[in-house]
Parts: sequence; C-alpha cells; structure tokens
Amino acid sequence: MNKPARGSLLGIEHLDAKEILGLLKLARRMNPLKARPLLRGKRIVLLFYEASTRTRSSFEFAAKSLGAMTTLVQSSGSSIEKGESVLDTGYTLRAVGADCIVIRHPSAGAPHLMARHLDIPVINAGDGMHEHPSQALLDAFTILKHKKSFKGLQATIIGDIYHSRVARSACHLLTKFGVKIILCGPPEFVPDVAATLAPGLRVTRHIEDALRGTDVIMLLRVQKERLAGQKIRLQDYIARYQMTTARLKLAKRDAIVMHPGPIIRGLELTAEVADGPQSVIVDEVHNGVPTRMAILARALGKAK
Amino acid sequence: MLTGKNQRRESASLLIKGGHLIDPASKINAPMDILLRDGRVAEVALPNKIRGGADEKFDARDLIVSPGFIDLHVHLREPGQSYKETIATGTTAAAAGGFTSVCTMPNTAPVVDTAEWVSWLRNAERGAVVNLFPIAAATRGSRGGTLTDFAALQRAGAVAVTDDGKPILDDDVMRMALRLGAELNFPVVQHAEDSRLTENCSMHAGPTSFRLGLRAMPASAEAQIVDRDVTLAQQIRESRLHVAHLSTSDALKAVRRGKRARARVTCEVTPHHFTLIDENVGEYDTNFKMNPPLRSATDLEAILVALADGTVDAIATDHAPHAPHEKQVEFERAAFGITGLETALALAITKLHREQKIPLPRIVELFTAGPARVFDLHGRGSLARGNFADVTIFDPKKRWTFEAAKSRSLSHNTPFDGWPFAGKVVATIVAGKFVYRLE
Repeated sequence: MNKPARGSLLGIEHLDAKEILGLLKLARRMNPLKARPLLRGKRIVLLFYEASTRTRSSFEFAAKSLGAMTTLVQSSGSSIEKGESVLDTGYTLRAVGADCIVIRHPSAGAPHLMARHLDIPVINAGDGMHEHPSQALLDAFTILKHKKSFKGLQATIIGDIYHSRVARSACHLLTKFGVKIILCGPPEFVPDVAATLAPGLRVTRHIEDALRGTDVIMLLRVQKERLAGQKIRLQDYIARYQMTTARLKLAKRDAIVMHPGPIIRGLELTAEVADGPQSVIVDEVHNGVPTRMAILARALGKAK
Repeated sequence: MLTGKNQRRESASLLIKGGHLIDPASKINAPMDILLRDGRVAEVALPNKIRGGADEKFDARDLIVSPGFIDLHVHLREPGQSYKETIATGTTAAAAGGFTSVCTMPNTAPVVDTAEWVSWLRNAERGAVVNLFPIAAATRGSRGGTLTDFAALQRAGAVAVTDDGKPILDDDVMRMALRLGAELNFPVVQHAEDSRLTENCSMHAGPTSFRLGLRAMPASAEAQIVDRDVTLAQQIRESRLHVAHLSTSDALKAVRRGKRARARVTCEVTPHHFTLIDENVGEYDTNFKMNPPLRSATDLEAILVALADGTVDAIATDHAPHAPHEKQVEFERAAFGITGLETALALAITKLHREQKIPLPRIVELFTAGPARVFDLHGRGSLARGNFADVTIFDPKKRWTFEAAKSRSLSHNTPFDGWPFAGKVVATIVAGKFVYRLE
C-alpha cells in the first residue's frame, strides 16, 4: 500500500486550512466561460458507481473548460456489471491512459482504496456516508461570496446528518476556520456521537435553538425511504424540522440558506424558502464548476 | 527401521536442560530439567538431577519452558477453502507460534456438522503438524435451527460445539444446546453477536465509525447475547458455556456475574482485542476489520483488567486467514478476520507483560492450563509427569520484527506487519518431537 498520488483529494478531514484557502483562491480565478487550456491533452475519467446530476456534469464541464478529455464510466454498461473489482477497474482505466480518476462510490473509503494502489491522482466525488470534499469546497466558496470571511460565523445544519457525506465534509471544513456549527435533527438522523466529528460542534433537537442568530443554514435532503425504518413519522419530521419562512426569521437577517440538492420542496423546506431572497441554492450549483476546475488543476499539477 | 550410519534416528527421549519452567497448573515457576520419553513427560526435576542418558538434549539456558500452548479458536479453512489456508499450512504457522494444540472452527464449506467431517479433520492425511481438536457445528449447517447430533460428534472427537461466525440467536435453540451439552459434559461455544443489530455493519459503533461513515455494531449487540447466555447457563445445571472472542466491557460484566454464581461459564480474548482499538482502523485498512470488531479504549482497558484478575480463561487467536482478493476491496465488502497464530505470544509478552506488568506465569496460564480446562483437554496444558510431551520453549526477551511476508500461513492478512516485538518462540515440541525450531 502506498500513499495517494500528489493532487489526490480524498476528503476534507486531513487538509489544512492553508490548502483549503489555496483551492478557494484558485477557484475564484477560474472562469468556466473563458476556456483555459491548462489541462490540454490530459485524460480524466469520471467513474460513477452512483447516480449523480450536479457533481458529474460540473466535473465534466470543469475538465473540458480546462481543455482535458473526459470519459464517463458508470457501473451499468461497463465491466463493473460483470463483477470487476474496484481495484481492477482502476488498473484498467490507468492502463487505458487515465491521468486522473474522479470517483463516486456508494461504499465509504472506495476512493482511498483506489488511491493507495494507483500512481495517479484520485478525486473523491462522494463515497458512501463518508465525505464529499468538492461539495464542501463549493459551499465554502459560496459562503465566502456572501460573507466577508469565516470569522465569527455560526452555521446550522439540519436534517439527516448520519447518512450525509455532505454534512461530514462541511463540518470538517468550516470548523477548521473556527466556525461554530449546530447540528439539528431527531436522534435517528443526528446521533449524539455526531458532535465528536470535529471541535466546535453542538447537537440540538430543537430547530428554534438551532436557528437563533445563525449566519448559514444548510439543509439536507430527507430520503423518505430512510424515514421508513425510523421511529419518526414523515409528518412529525415536517412539523418539527421543515425550514419555513417563519422559522427563517429566527436566524440573522442576512443569513443564507444552502442545500446540496436535490431539494424536495414541501419536505425539508418550503418552496417559499427555496425560492426566497436568502436562498443561495442555485448559486451553489453554479459555483460547482469553478471549484471543480480548481480541484482538477491542482490534481494535475497545473495550479499556477 | 532404518538405522544406517547417516540416518537420523527417531528420538524416543529428549532432555530439556537448563531452562526455567513455568507450569501454572503444577504451580511451578523455577529452574527445572524435563525428560520426555515416548511422547509423555517422564520426569521433571531440579537442575542436573535427572540421571541416565537421553537420545537428544536441548539446551534451554535463558529460556522459558512451558506446557505446549493451546489455541481454542482457529479457522484452518478445510474443508472447502484451501486457497485461504490448509490444515498443513495452518498448523505449521501454529507450531511457529508455539501452539501444540489448536481447536478448529466448523464454519468451513461444508460446515462441520457431522461425525464424518469431524473424523475427516482428524485424519492424519490432512497433514497436521500439531494436535488438532475439531469444534463441530451446534446446529445443522450452522443455520441456527435444528441441533446437530452432539453425542455422535463428541464420540468422533469433537471437543465442543459452536455456530461460530454466526450466533445461536434463538433463545430456545440456545437453551436446548446448553441442556444437551450439560447431559454430555460438552461445552457450547457462543459467537456472541445479536446479528439483528449488526446487519451491513463493518466496525464498532463509536466516533471512528461515525467519522468514517461506516455502519457500525453497537457494543450492546455482543453484551446482550452474553447476558442472555449466562442467565441460561445459570438456569441449566451442569451446562457449560464458553464465550468466544469476548470484546466488550459489558460482556465481561455478564461473565463475572456467571462466575460469581458458580455457573460453568468461561471466556477467551484475542490478542488483537487486548492490543488494538477501533481508531486503529485508520483510513479503511481492511487488515483491521474483524468480527467482533476492534472496540473502544474503555473496552480494551476492561479486557486488560480481566486478563490480569483471572476473569478471562484463555487467550485465543481467532486466526482467520483470507486471500488478498477478499481483503483488497471496499472496507464494507472486505472479509472479516485476521491471521494471528504467529504473533500471539509476542503480543502477549510485549503488551501484557512488558507494558501492563502482568506476570509471565499468568500469561503462560492463559495459553496453557486455562484453555486446557475450558475444553477438558486431559493430559495437556501442564507438564506433570505422565502428561503428553507437548512443550513450548520461548525467549521472553528476544527482540524481533514480524514480517507478514515470511508468515507460514497461506494468507498474510495481519495488522501487525512490521511490528517490533519482544518475546519469541524458540522451539515447539509435540508428543516429544520438534515441530518447530528457531534457526
């Protein structure tokens, strides 16, 4: 087993604040509309074992805006269907000529496995319930567009944190800059152990407590099928944790509302909140492309 | 018999001279010479007091001489999975680790649930180089439903029954197993895991599993089953319950409760559970994935106390070899288990003796008299005169580094590759014959 190749991005947890700021600075200089052939001739494989709209299309646009070639490999319609292992798929893609692999996988740690055995950078585009580092970076990018700095900020994350790689990456990233984070939801979704993930985390069951005076509100998608096995009923969840215009008033006046998508209107938030003036949900998607351009440029050593 | 000049004659007698004998069952912890003859212990005496010659002598100066180690829990993968391990390779690894007897688990392919398979395992053609004691399945196919024919399995040479790898979950089935075991004086070994709480789980539930985003097994999944089983063992007179690979503080509490009530409850602990904790999984290293999983620091502390105070009866390896393609996969998909035969003594000496200051006689007891009592291995676990001539000789001070690539096991799935150790096996003797000698 080896160390991951330079430029790999497996998670936020082990990045330091300086590296994160470097990536965000680079992202600000990236313009998807102005092609910059930094990665001309490079081959980037988008290896997706799970469904994705936002992450996949923005990584592809990001790669192409930098002049790289991309190919999409999905579990259906590839040798993965025939039982090829993750490692063998990695070796195959390397042999085909991949310079970098962007991987999304339902199993936590799958990108780490690949990175330990390949000599090319591996980018984690979401692994199971573990991390989604490019999402955390684009969220940080979005926050910094609306807030001057991370200093003194308070963030609130509401929803199914247990199952959420977005939440884990966001917690790691924001707490590295001293942001205080309140995690809110029923125990099934926000177990007490969640507070041990990073310093500066607090768990509460009450949305009013979670929202009072907060600067950033991050909502997570609630998967109905996950509520099925739980004690809490869908109607109870909506009554206690749905983001409404009335509840939004508890937060700071200039608080922003974020959501990694896909959103389910009428469940974790109302349509009024989703489309309201404080919502930056569409902006997040938009920021996904320059952020991922920065990640790919760093991966392939063209980060200047 | 060949007696040509250059033909090495089979030694009928062996004198082990100058060593320090630790034989807890005989309450000996002193310099002693030992004479082995015709596969038995012929004499144990103060230094230089054994008269008459021996065919062969072994100089045990500066070494500890101990009854042969007994491992209550190994997976040697035969029948059916000889790509992971065979009885021949597994027992060779056992010999190198100082084990003169191993008890094999029945979760093979097929499951060892008949007297025929028990006999097949014990057949000399399997090529075992140390004593092999089969543990048979407690239920047919280890499916947890119908009990196997305990009496026939016992007659064929099985030393206990278990559905290891899986628990005997159903209350009634466990009760019937303990009842039948009580009639036959036959131990029932439980893999304590409430599998209803551990579906799709790959490690211990705590801050590390949350951080890694892995579905995880709560400590209570083990403790609840041990608690139930101890209660059953208290209710059923003469029943014998052995808790395999105990890993949690709460399960220890249940075992203590049973022992205080004089129920026949015993338990074993693995070297990895007294050495490592869940945090050591690092970034999804599948060589740290086993079942029961590595637990919390609090659980480890409780295990160390129980090893020292006598609550734990035996150290057992749960040696579980797997091929690379079963381990070099996503953590959640990787097979459970690690190898352990060749690192057990070194871990015990390094961790328990040097670091925790547990005296050597207690450690030797956990490898010898303790396990011999658990499964009634008569004539083993002690070097009293007349007993089997199974001896382990080790150097408790010897420094060495374990290299997985040099392991005798067919598989190399160990978390201890490259670990520096103190304590090494120098020679292993089964029935008076060397089966391993350090070069």
